[in-house]
Amino acid sequence: MQKYNLLRHRLIPDLNKLDVYRKNGGFQAYHKAVNAMHPEEVIDQVKASGLRGRGGAGFPTGMKWAFVDKNAWPHYVVANADESEPGTFKDREIMEGNPFQFLEGIAICAYAVRAHTAYIYLRGEFWQIAADLDRQIAEMEAEGLLGDNLFGSDYSLHIYTHLGAGAYICGEETALLESLEGKLGQPRLRPPFPPSFGLYGKPTVVNNVETLANVPLIIANGAEWYHSFGTERSPGTKVFSLSGNVNLPGNYELPLGTTFRELIFEYGGGIPGGKDIKAIMPAGASSSLIVANDGALDTPMDYESVPQVGAQLGSASIIVIDDSVSIDWLIRKTLHFFNHESCGKCTPCREGTYWMRHIADRVNDGQASWEDVELLEDVAHQIRGKCLCALGEFSVEAVISGVERFKGDFQAKVHQQQVELPELSTPVMEIHE
Amino acid sequence: VNSLADSFSVEIKKILEKYPVGQKRSAVMPLLFLAQGQDGYVTRQAINEIAEILEISATDVASIVGFYTLYYDESQGKYHIQVCTDLPCALRGAEEFLEKLCENIGIRVGETTPDGLLRIEAVMCLAACDKAPMFQVQSGDGLVYHEDQTVESALQVIRHLKD
Repeated sequence: MQKYNLLRHRLIPDLNKLDVYRKNGGFQAYHKAVNAMHPEEVIDQVKASGLRGRGGAGFPTGMKWAFVDKNAWPHYVVANADESEPGTFKDREIMEGNPFQFLEGIAICAYAVRAHTAYIYLRGEFWQIAADLDRQIAEMEAEGLLGDNLFGSDYSLHIYTHLGAGAYICGEETALLESLEGKLGQPRLRPPFPPSFGLYGKPTVVNNVETLANVPLIIANGAEWYHSFGTERSPGTKVFSLSGNVNLPGNYELPLGTTFRELIFEYGGGIPGGKDIKAIMPAGASSSLIVANDGALDTPMDYESVPQVGAQLGSASIIVIDDSVSIDWLIRKTLHFFNHESCGKCTPCREGTYWMRHIADRVNDGQASWEDVELLEDVAHQIRGKCLCALGEFSVEAVISGVERFKGDFQAKVHQQQVELPELSTPVMEIHE
Repeated sequence: VNSLADSFSVEIKKILEKYPVGQKRSAVMPLLFLAQGQDGYVTRQAINEIAEILEISATDVASIVGFYTLYYDESQGKYHIQVCTDLPCALRGAEEFLEKLCENIGIRVGETTPDGLLRIEAVMCLAACDKAPMFQVQSGDGLVYHEDQTVESALQVIRHLKD
């Protein structure tokens, strides 16, 4: 059953209004943290909850907060609201429907790492959401929830929005920080990681919107309560963005560990047009392709189980692919995306995505031989493990898994091309003597 | 004379207050949006003026315009019809939708109508995958999403823009 911890607005009308949010328990966790808890206690609570980053990497949130360098100041909190992974549309719904829970999460995180300034970096297309958040932040300031000397303490906090301008790479945390500093959105060489060297070179926590929206509930209800959802190592609920060839696409908030079958067939209503499911991409375009057999469908969607069927859970953007789709077309689509979005900083990604795209175009157009497919695989393997950030690394996932697991689709394209070749029965050139 | 600084003194002050002292450069993206909102694209003059306000080089400002896809350095159609054709939308018929829309408007992807009103583009994921086919209309006034579209409903939106 869906359990609305993050998408509570689906049950409570007007939850995006401050008074309604307050009436439904809003800001109690924030009050509790600032008035009755030491920052370290807040971090310990989040650690104990087992909350893991919802942006894709699944890194333990409390541990990230604890890494913030206490010998360098000031500290910053940055909310990553650059949601741009094809197939992902969960942060948008949280910010539109339940914005104060997200803002409260930022405030608690900032208190825990003793930051006095937090930024929300939103993709440029979320222009209206940013305007709404600016208004909601102003309301919180007017209510004494943000600003100086909060709740009679010496703690102060200001939250600001910052709009990106159409660059997928800015979802990568160090590229995001560069962009926020007014530079090109290109990733930094790591280490050092943001908790020691982040925004303006200062210790910084970068967390995804959904991650932060979990925090108020953890502080209010405790780590044990949080463990009542999900699995032992992947506790909590997760917003799964379901898209592609499925009857009822949308966001579904379910405990981690729910199976692919439940999500796609029970909640998503199955595959349209009486077709069969062929493949699943569980982490958007950055995902490996899973062959959708019974074993895969019965796999629990959590951070440990999905790798056992050869993919990652990532941001849990589940793209469903039916049996009318040819995988050589699919990787052509993902490669056009990654080639367009490559920032150009590191050579394997900049050149590699370009060449993979061109080979994939040729294959899909039926103008390639099997050697081209092998070349595509070869280029993908050359890129793997050599990029500055995850964008380049992720660009090869669908390619390598696609060719390996759906070889027949590629063989058919190559075969088709051979059949269509004109027969060279007449000389191409006339030779004049 | 810095006409951007003169016309938007209140807005610029508010933007600069978001960032720490000595980190004015962070304001380059919001200032570019401000300038583009006024002129429809980022003019050469705006680049120089933003550089002056932020005390960075015009080349630094221009590099930002070039890097990010939502900034334009030349005059565009008044309304950009931007259809997402990325994988999840394509699986729900977005490519066919775009093709038919173009046929009906009588221009190809990347072209602008002769009256300079509409420009049609295929763009990357807009975080609306469950509501495909969809497009956004980008203009000086901001961005508006149109979701769960058919060719007919899209043409109606476009007729509305023309009026």
